[in-house]
Amino acid sequence: MYQYDEYDATLVRERVEQFRHQVDRRLTGRLTEDQFKPLRLMNGVYLQLHAYMLRVAIPYGVLSGKQMRTLGHIARRYDRNYGHFTTRQNIQYNWPALVDIPDILGQLADVEMHAIQTSGNCIRNVTSDPYAGAAADEIEDPRPWCEIIRQWSTFHPEFSFLPRKFKIAVTGAAEDRAAIRAHDIGLKVVKNDAGETGFAVFPGGGQGRTPRIAPLIREFLPVQELLAYLTAILRVYNLHGRRDNMYKARIKILVESLGADEFRRQVEEEYEKIAADGSLALPDEEIERIRGFFPPPPQAESAEPVQFSDDADFALWRKHNVRPHKVAGLKSVVISLKPIGGTPGDATSEQMEAVADLAEQYGFDEVRVTMEQNLILPHVREADLEAVWRALADIGFATPNAYTATDIVACPGLDYCSLANARSIPISQEISTRLDKSGLIEDVGDVTIKISGCINACGHHHIAHIGVLGVDKKGEEFYQITLGGSHSDDADIGSIVGKGLPGEDVPAAIERILRAYLATRSDGERFLDTLRRVGEEPFKEAIYEAA
Amino acid sequence: MKMISSNKLTDGRVIFWTGAGWSADMKDGKVLEDDAADAELEAALKDEATEVVGPYLIAVDGHDPAGRERLRETIRLTGPTTGSTKYVHGIKPGTEA
Ligand code: SF4
Repeated sequence: MYQYDEYDATLVRERVEQFRHQVDRRLTGRLTEDQFKPLRLMNGVYLQLHAYMLRVAIPYGVLSGKQMRTLGHIARRYDRNYGHFTTRQNIQYNWPALVDIPDILGQLADVEMHAIQTSGNCIRNVTSDPYAGAAADEIEDPRPWCEIIRQWSTFHPEFSFLPRKFKIAVTGAAEDRAAIRAHDIGLKVVKNDAGETGFAVFPGGGQGRTPRIAPLIREFLPVQELLAYLTAILRVYNLHGRRDNMYKARIKILVESLGADEFRRQVEEEYEKIAADGSLALPDEEIERIRGFFPPPPQAESAEPVQFSDDADFALWRKHNVRPHKVAGLKSVVISLKPIGGTPGDATSEQMEAVADLAEQYGFDEVRVTMEQNLILPHVREADLEAVWRALADIGFATPNAYTATDIVACPGLDYCSLANARSIPISQEISTRLDKSGLIEDVGDVTIKISGCINACGHHHIAHIGVLGVDKKGEEFYQITLGGSHSDDADIGSIVGKGLPGEDVPAAIERILRAYLATRSDGERFLDTLRRVGEEPFKEAIYEAA
Repeated sequence: MKMISSNKLTDGRVIFWTGAGWSADMKDGKVLEDDAADAELEAALKDEATEVVGPYLIAVDGHDPAGRERLRETIRLTGPTTGSTKYVHGIKPGTEA
């Protein structure tokens, strides 16, 4: 993992003390709320329906055991004994008092954490493949690049007041598990014919009100040119992005209005100028220095096949929650934060502390947060899998449903969020309970269900195979179903199917969609393939069948 | 009919204007005739200096939320309807009477 140097440590410490003074000035009337609000937002502090919410950065979703333990401690000491892991690979606390937040930030700084770049119109925390450094299909570990982007972007004076927020995602693997084409810039590590490493660059993706899949504008960018090229994209956006209309201010609107070719032309022109003086070229020594913080994964002591016990529950959990690893004898473990009928992404203090212990004991001291709101132990010896499973079962974290239809993503929705139209969590709970009872889960396989409480799409409904969007109709909650989205290599935006349903009808409608799929699929066809082959009509009929 | 609601500056908790100050109990909230509401909000806004954040008018029926924002205001009043902190407002989960 990256270790702070004295610059990082000083910067984060100074920031805590600045915020302590800002809070004090607000409480004593020396700052108005209008003056204070942008300052608190720059420190991850939002005001939600019931309380303040603190969003803590987990850069590219990577945590040590010690950091995870601190997150659990903060939940117990300052919150209501739990935290909520989000689709941005972050954690949110829903109940902190403003007066406590400087102390919370101080405790985070003690373990090299902070809440910087979690809000505001800046470059937000970089997100990445949660299996980075472990994935069997990896071309190169993307974390050094994420860290380089983090260092470059933090408090970047030119890019601290962009037209809108700006999100960058990086993957180094063959399969896109970071939804790179649904970000303002997506970067994919690729190799050219000469075997050199570079990036494929996809700007102009995004979700929200106007969802777009990012086009490819550069097939191969040499790695040394990463910051020069990102700067060129940001400059074109900073200059031409729509500051007059916040609904049109994201880069996706600019890329679309110019067209990908013209946007590329402008970026390349800007890049030529920047590249000419070479000042943003990354020196090879610096790349190697950062790479040094992310050593290759540990070797398993033995790569001999492990004889597992014949416990059926353990076998089912292995089937869904244990993933291949690049090192023989190691596996990655998905810790499901989706108990049937539970709140997606929530973890109590005790659960976080137990995960910290497991990471230290069995996981080479690493934990990852996923955009599916789960946790991952990226490196676990096969021989330790059963012990890990038993320990997870003890804390309610061994639901064998990773990447299945009950692994539902849901934003906080109207139970917490001041921007929401409708609740998300209860709908997700009812869907998961119903689907679990239906007995369909094993049969339907790879289906993603994601729920957002409003068009801001924090629950990623646009890129779900089955999306659920909360809408408000004259003060009543309704839910629109979308079909056919994907965040992966076949990235696509789901389309809305018909009129909204009342919440109580949604779980049954989703069950009927899955049954229609089983009745329609050809051999070996995934849900998404069937949908693309036959179109949405049979599914639409299924949704409204009972209406 | 209207009431003025806000969040407490120090901890963000939901509060209601009583006419003389703020209370976490909606039953203490001052019920306002629609045409008197704006003037009362002006008075309550003075407390934004050191006590509250963003006071605003909510529609009420007696001492209960009403109108288009009824669900939102009910959730503000009674807390999340589900999940880890389904609770009676102001009481920590696990300590409900
Ligand atoms: S999608 Fe809407 S309701 Fe859900 S968390 Fe985001 S802003 Fe809130």
